[in-house]
Amino acid sequence: MLKKRDDFEDILEERRRSSDLRYALRCYTPTLYRGLVPCKASMLKSIVLQSDHLQYVIKQVSSESGESTEGVSEEASLILDEMAHCLQLSTIRFFAFTLSKAFKRLFRSVCVNEEGIQRLQQAVQEHPVVLLPSHRSYMDFLMMSYLLYTYDLPLPVIAAGMDFMSMKFVGEMLRMSGAFFIRRSFGGDKLYWAVFSEYVKTMLRNGYAPIEFFLEGTRSRTCKSLTPKTGLLNIVMEPFFKGELFDVNLVPVSISYERILEESLYARELLGIPKPKESTSGLLKARRVLSEDYGSMYVYFGHPVSVRSLAEGKINRSQYNLLPRYIPQKPSADTHEFLSDAAFRLVRIQEENMVLKPWVLIATLLLQNPDGLDLSSLAEQTDWLRHLALAFGAFLDWPDHEACSEVVSCSLALHRHLLSVSAGHVQLSVTDVPQVETTPEEAVFHQAVVVLSCASYRNQILHVFLRPALLAMAMQSANSNRKDDVYNGFNFLRKVFSNEFILCPGDSVQDFEEACYLLMKRGVLQVLEHEIVMSASGHSTLAFLSSVLDPFLQGYQVVCRYLCEETNENLTEKEFIPAVRSFALKLILAGNTCYEALSSDLQKNALAAFLRLKAVRKLCLFTFLFLCHTGGKIPTQKPILARL
Amino acid sequence: MASNSSSAQQRLRIIAGHLQKRPEEENASVAAQECKAEAPRSEPSSATPVPRRRQEIMKWNGWGYSDSRFLFNKKGQAEFTGKRYRLSGLILPSLKDWFEGTFGANLQHRSPATPSLNLSAVAPPHLNQPFVEDLKAAGLSVSHDPEDRVFRAHGHCLHEVFALREGRIGRVPDVVVWPSCHNDVEKIVELACKHNVCLIPYGGGTSVSSALECPREETRSIVSLDTSQMNRILWIDEKNLTAHVEAGIIGQDLERQLNERGYCTGHEPDSMEFSSLGGWVATRASGMKKNIYGNIEDLVVHIKMVTPRGVIEKSCLGPRMSTGPDIHHFILGSEGTLGVVTEVTLKIRPVPEYQKYGSVVFPNFQQGVACLREVARQRCAPASIRLMDNEQFQFGHALKPQVSSIFTSFLDGLKKFYITKFKGFDPHHLCVATLLFEGDRGKVLQHEKQVYDIAAKFGGLAAGEDNGQRGYMLTFVIAYLRDLGMDYYVIGESFETSVPWDRVLDLCRNVKERIVRECKERGVQFPPLSTCRVTQTYDAGACVYFYFAFNYRGLSDPVHIYEQVEHAAREEILANGGSLSHHHGVGKLRKEWMKASVSGVGLGMLKSVKEYVDPQNIFGNGNLL
Repeated sequence: MLKKRDDFEDILEERRRSSDLRYALRCYTPTLYRGLVPCKASMLKSIVLQSDHLQYVIKQVSSESGESTEGVSEEASLILDEMAHCLQLSTIRFFAFTLSKAFKRLFRSVCVNEEGIQRLQQAVQEHPVVLLPSHRSYMDFLMMSYLLYTYDLPLPVIAAGMDFMSMKFVGEMLRMSGAFFIRRSFGGDKLYWAVFSEYVKTMLRNGYAPIEFFLEGTRSRTCKSLTPKTGLLNIVMEPFFKGELFDVNLVPVSISYERILEESLYARELLGIPKPKESTSGLLKARRVLSEDYGSMYVYFGHPVSVRSLAEGKINRSQYNLLPRYIPQKPSADTHEFLSDAAFRLVRIQEENMVLKPWVLIATLLLQNPDGLDLSSLAEQTDWLRHLALAFGAFLDWPDHEACSEVVSCSLALHRHLLSVSAGHVQLSVTDVPQVETTPEEAVFHQAVVVLSCASYRNQILHVFLRPALLAMAMQSANSNRKDDVYNGFNFLRKVFSNEFILCPGDSVQDFEEACYLLMKRGVLQVLEHEIVMSASGHSTLAFLSSVLDPFLQGYQVVCRYLCEETNENLTEKEFIPAVRSFALKLILAGNTCYEALSSDLQKNALAAFLRLKAVRKLCLFTFLFLCHTGGKIPTQKPILARL
Repeated sequence: MASNSSSAQQRLRIIAGHLQKRPEEENASVAAQECKAEAPRSEPSSATPVPRRRQEIMKWNGWGYSDSRFLFNKKGQAEFTGKRYRLSGLILPSLKDWFEGTFGANLQHRSPATPSLNLSAVAPPHLNQPFVEDLKAAGLSVSHDPEDRVFRAHGHCLHEVFALREGRIGRVPDVVVWPSCHNDVEKIVELACKHNVCLIPYGGGTSVSSALECPREETRSIVSLDTSQMNRILWIDEKNLTAHVEAGIIGQDLERQLNERGYCTGHEPDSMEFSSLGGWVATRASGMKKNIYGNIEDLVVHIKMVTPRGVIEKSCLGPRMSTGPDIHHFILGSEGTLGVVTEVTLKIRPVPEYQKYGSVVFPNFQQGVACLREVARQRCAPASIRLMDNEQFQFGHALKPQVSSIFTSFLDGLKKFYITKFKGFDPHHLCVATLLFEGDRGKVLQHEKQVYDIAAKFGGLAAGEDNGQRGYMLTFVIAYLRDLGMDYYVIGESFETSVPWDRVLDLCRNVKERIVRECKERGVQFPPLSTCRVTQTYDAGACVYFYFAFNYRGLSDPVHIYEQVEHAAREEILANGGSLSHHHGVGKLRKEWMKASVSGVGLGMLKSVKEYVDPQNIFGNGNLL
């Protein structure tokens, strides 16, 4: 289970020793793809506009809409202008300089696995490369380009959301550093889709540059990996499916932060305090962040995953034989399944290679003990948890020769704004709130910000505990020790939480076995042929594991209760979140501690899960929800809810 | 730019004309035979060139005539023995370097073949005595001599030849029978049905689809029906330009005998020295000059085939019919599973007045394919047009014989300088198209100009007749070269496909790369030779031919690795929109993909035809279905 992982190298060390200016102006000669068709950014546009695919769609759109083909072509050209990047080395050099300065102020170190870089160097030469970083912060793609520049790798072109474009100056800067902009939603717009997909594919086919995009689609506000999107993945795989490329290398990249820059911003956003619109002035105001200590940052380049080997035996490429390849084809059911499976696998690789700091363990413990802990017992429990996490394969960066108490106090110092420490007692609490009179509601929200911030650290390690925790919960709620009973409970929980966590659809047996194996290895369980029995010493581990998921279960229960108790027949989707939020607020004010139920992320996931499980029905797009709840219709859910 | 290059080209040609006497240009009626083996002139054409005991003139464990083979002489120079070919007796100075450089082979490391057939390794025949006696009573020529039987137990797949070279003999036919006319065949088939024996028709023995292998599960006596003695041209109809020919005749004899009467069929598959008319029909063969004459299905007017149900044929010689599905198409490509083709009426044409080779060099393969596509679009393809990739271009170069005159070598140097330095072609990317024009002189020259003009638009430079001719020579000697490779731990083979134009480049690249990759994954130490060429153009696509060979020193089961790689390459072809086969056929080698290729219903149709025609499975070679 314990994987061999590469060692890290701190790239800031070199930056602290030598001139940033010289670094920004140094000779940059990236290794190139051997099949590279050299072409300029401007030529790229005309290749795209003249491609058979786009021409076909233009004619189609024109005949459907009655507009002239020239008109539609013009429109396509405008879309492309709005979208296209114009990568310039000078901009990259500018960023190399300024980011060096910024990174040195923000971070103690930026650690990169150099073996991963070497593998990437190899991969870049062999086949077109797609970089798939995790997305936790705005820093992510700046950092990616910065690193690739540092290591003399070709600079990526990056799929970015259109919202950046509205930041006047910065948008253009990003464009010049290789970002291209996609509208957030263009569901039915055939022409837009055609321009966009052809643009990406052309760059890939010609080996123009590595394509970089975020599988999760957006920054995760909770630091949990988000359910991956498959649209762009399909676009970058299609040239392989259609035989236009021999192979495509997908490189999952895990970027983790000891302390996230957007920490409290995210918490506020989740609590419904609206996200400030991206603007240049907003960014400047955020300068304050520059004066704080964000610890270390880790970037782990995973092993390149060949699309060809992923698709081996799963995709029958001859399905593309009977249609000219420029005619867009909706992915078949098989392809869909494959894409989603591949996307999940890639996100899991990202998760596994995510570096975890001791603070993550401490945050987990503090959340489980809302009344706080003594320092000594915190240290003791952290140490215990550390061993459990390691046994489950966590990628934990624990300082080598330091006493546990030392490590704990260092972590506490870095995250002191979330804590109150007095007389050897640590507790999560509001620290920097002015001591003016606040309403009880405000106080709840202040506390919730702290809890959600802290939860975002705990969430980083959830993927390690997830499967055993689901098993622990299933065992607690099962009526017997029989293996299939436990499995049914496990499977049900898995279904309920599949919007919340990364659980590959169709992997439930594997997940179950993995959970059994891990807990057995740890001596917590004995797995017999038909029974699963808890061992004498296993109680504390199981208790810990199931309380890891407790906040989620509680949150889902709150949503459920809201749907059962508060709503009449119809509810619009828009009203849902604020309504659940105030419902949860009421519960908290009445003494419940379900702070995480205030998170809009959890609320949305719960609703999506209920929809998927057909406990809730959507009547018509965007408007009404009809509940066909009333306990009896969702019988399997009962025992679990009853237990709480 | 184009006019510039063509005027420069013109100048070069003039220089060439001054420097070299070109006797060929005067006697313009030289036929394609220049490349292939020439039958001794003294022999009367009515004599049978293929004896019953083929092993007397042909190798029992390799390709072609016993007297013709490549070898490295004591000085380490490659030479080609015998007198039959243009290359015969010549030294090929650059072959050794190419061979060692391409395969990492070494002349010190030899892997010689078993010199002669070990008769004790051949299982005694499992005879159906009453059948054999009935055959003899009918006056048919029969043999169960082990050499005769072994000779007819294989085609020329790598695994078949490799096993023979190692002296391993598998299941072989138990009896060989030589019918000498249609009636003989009827008799044999009737007796086979009566005695329930398995018949495997045997024509030229050049199959590369395991079609001649005896099925392992066959428990009946297996009889090889050798058609070689049915080799007469029965009549020629000059009014309708047709010839009625017995199906056992081999390509070169047919062509030579027709030539003597002033005609030709124009059907010239690369195997035409040895392959038979019946074999062409049974595999849906394709000839290199199909652009003028058509493939075998375009050439046949009438086919007579003996099946267990009786004789199948059409009632007239009408050029086209609307009488339901064409019954010829049940026969064409039936691969010996339904019966024996005995007589065929073929279209013939007057021997062309003038023939001219040519070649064009392109800066890269993409440009070359684009040019061929344009030629096909304008429907002005010469008799033959083939595009070799860079590796094959270099391969062709390695086969250049020692030049006799200092002027020729000077000229070669000049050409090379012109192309690589003056025109800036990268020697590691350039590729060459070989051309063959045929027809009356004026039209050929006009046609030639049209094609070269198109080529110029794609950056192509005319590169002379020699290069063209050498390209075609390569196809006739390639099989001999494989035997040379096998003497030095190098094994290889070719396979082909057909594919729509827009996928040609992708398919070529992907299949070549797949081969390289599969070899690497299977522990082949030295990168393989993985090369392709586009050999035929059609309105809607092209035929692509792959050569694949590697050095197997240090591998315990090279043939198995070879087969795995070829299997993977075929998967890749199918995944890239290529067909299962353009003209080699399915045999037993590619059977597993038949259903996916023609759909379950399609396969069912074919099976039901087999069921009706041959319910006892007398023609039990197990091909195709």
